[in-house]
Amino acid sequence: MRLTPEEVEHVALLARLRLTDEESERFTTQLNSILDYFEELKQIDTSGVPPMSHAVPMSNVLRADEPAPSLSPEEALRNAPDQARDCFQVPRVIE
Amino acid sequence: MSGRESLYELTAHELAALIASGEVSAREALDAVYARIADVENDVHSYVLLTREVAERQASDIDERRARGEKLPPLAGVPIALKDIYCTKGIETTCCSRILKGFVPPYDADVVERCRESGLVFIGKTNMDEFAMGSSTENSAFGVTRNPWDLDRVPGGSSGGSAAAIAASEAFLAMGTDTGGSIRQPASFCGIVGLKPTYGRVSRYGVIAFASSLDQVGPITKDVRDCALMMNVLAGHDPRDTTSIPTPPPDYTATLVPDVKGLRIGLVKEFMEYQGRRVDKEVDDAVTASIERFRELGAEVDEISLPSLNYSIPVYYIIAPAEASSNLARYDGVQYGYRTPDNGGDIIEMYSRTRDEGFGAEVKRRIMLGTYALSAGYYDAYYLKASQVRTLIRKDFDQSFERFDVLIGATSPTTAFTLGEKTDDPLSMYLSDVCTIPVNMGGLPGMSIPCGFSSEGLPIGLQLVGKPLGEDTLLQAAYAFEQSTDYHRRRATPIEERNGRRAAVVRP
Repeated sequence: MRLTPEEVEHVALLARLRLTDEESERFTTQLNSILDYFEELKQIDTSGVPPMSHAVPMSNVLRADEPAPSLSPEEALRNAPDQARDCFQVPRVIE
Repeated sequence: MSGRESLYELTAHELAALIASGEVSAREALDAVYARIADVENDVHSYVLLTREVAERQASDIDERRARGEKLPPLAGVPIALKDIYCTKGIETTCCSRILKGFVPPYDADVVERCRESGLVFIGKTNMDEFAMGSSTENSAFGVTRNPWDLDRVPGGSSGGSAAAIAASEAFLAMGTDTGGSIRQPASFCGIVGLKPTYGRVSRYGVIAFASSLDQVGPITKDVRDCALMMNVLAGHDPRDTTSIPTPPPDYTATLVPDVKGLRIGLVKEFMEYQGRRVDKEVDDAVTASIERFRELGAEVDEISLPSLNYSIPVYYIIAPAEASSNLARYDGVQYGYRTPDNGGDIIEMYSRTRDEGFGAEVKRRIMLGTYALSAGYYDAYYLKASQVRTLIRKDFDQSFERFDVLIGATSPTTAFTLGEKTDDPLSMYLSDVCTIPVNMGGLPGMSIPCGFSSEGLPIGLQLVGKPLGEDTLLQAAYAFEQSTDYHRRRATPIEERNGRRAAVVRP
């Protein structure tokens, strides 16, 4: 599988990354060499093998749905780059 | 104090004993560590932030409580270095990324709360690869850290600042995180002890996420006893992390007996050789000598091959970037951290410019890789396939534990490499984690302890791997080995001249 510079541009858009032409070119080469490396996995028969994500079997970890104290609006907004009227402020989204 | 060494060179348990007996105050210990930092930090650069005001208040509080006759926890008053990946209430936390510069968390990570409750004193936040992505600490947005044993070399990564702080005696205890080897590989490169516990043994609540199915918190220390004492601080169930294991942890100091008679140790071929390439000769020799040492101590050592471990690196470089691309979507310039000053009044433009200006090259590379692997049509081919191969890797480990109590091998195929050596070749950098990554794939506990020095005077690490929740057995094997060697007593002194350049000198 070979990634084209156009696909790299598309992935950058999905990831909300703006790449310079130079970065785009470098990533195309580097990502391709890493993807080549993944080809090895195709040799392995994994039919019927379940995926793994935890060291010990655990499932459906739930807690009681009870209200509890949380951060105040002031604390939650303290790190915001921009804010107004107890909200995070962003550039206009709706015209 | 003993007079044998400077105060800052003591282990945490030696210092704790002096504090408990009243021979040294917590303030004196803190002053000694800051004096040491003043001497060596310009050369080593372990820290990105020193929190002296906070530390002085914590130390004085311990001294006052002791003066009142209060019974204090075992490590009370001991200064600790925290990797800059833990949220610390009221203390800047950046993950060594420009995108989090200035972020002051409104709460503590679970492990930070536990450290506070144990009376530990916070020296500062240590340098790391940005978002823990790297094996050399060269990906930090805030400068490189140098290996205290040779200032031209990397300390390893991603917890390189924590490892260097311990090796240079700029801290008595330190904490790291390990997603693919980020505790064990720097511990190996810096000649100290590092433990990655079983996945789920230590809470990740408030630890900035990289790859959530792999990330684990653990201690970096001067010796095995300090490691066990830190595990007593860190381990335990936390309902705020849904992966946290409810089983109560044991007292990890209980197995610190120098006895491995009858212990069955498996030397894993894949920890010594990858796709036909052996680890470096001097690493090979040091591991072989360690095996002989274990045999002399009464352990039974035999070789084993776990073939599916050969797929660990490609599996890791699908799973970790995929999870990272999702975890790092939150850095968008809205709720915290950096926002571009020039957003053109458009929100997509604001997101993209913020992330372009805020993230470094390796982070972008992994976000790209992960986004691609998870994008439409590729999930089954990459992420699902990789997660299935993880099951096969774990099965190989499980079968080996029918024959062995502990697995053993090299921590890293090489000793510390030179600064800049691998920065232009991501794949060769990734391969420096070839021995540690399989352990994260299996969710197992893994540890690195010093097992020798190369002809150039660089430390070599021995990796020990245990069954799920087998930290106590690992600590016992590590302790028995350590007590029969003196590698853990050597200290790097990164301020003397050697060969006409500033470099480390091994002493005594």
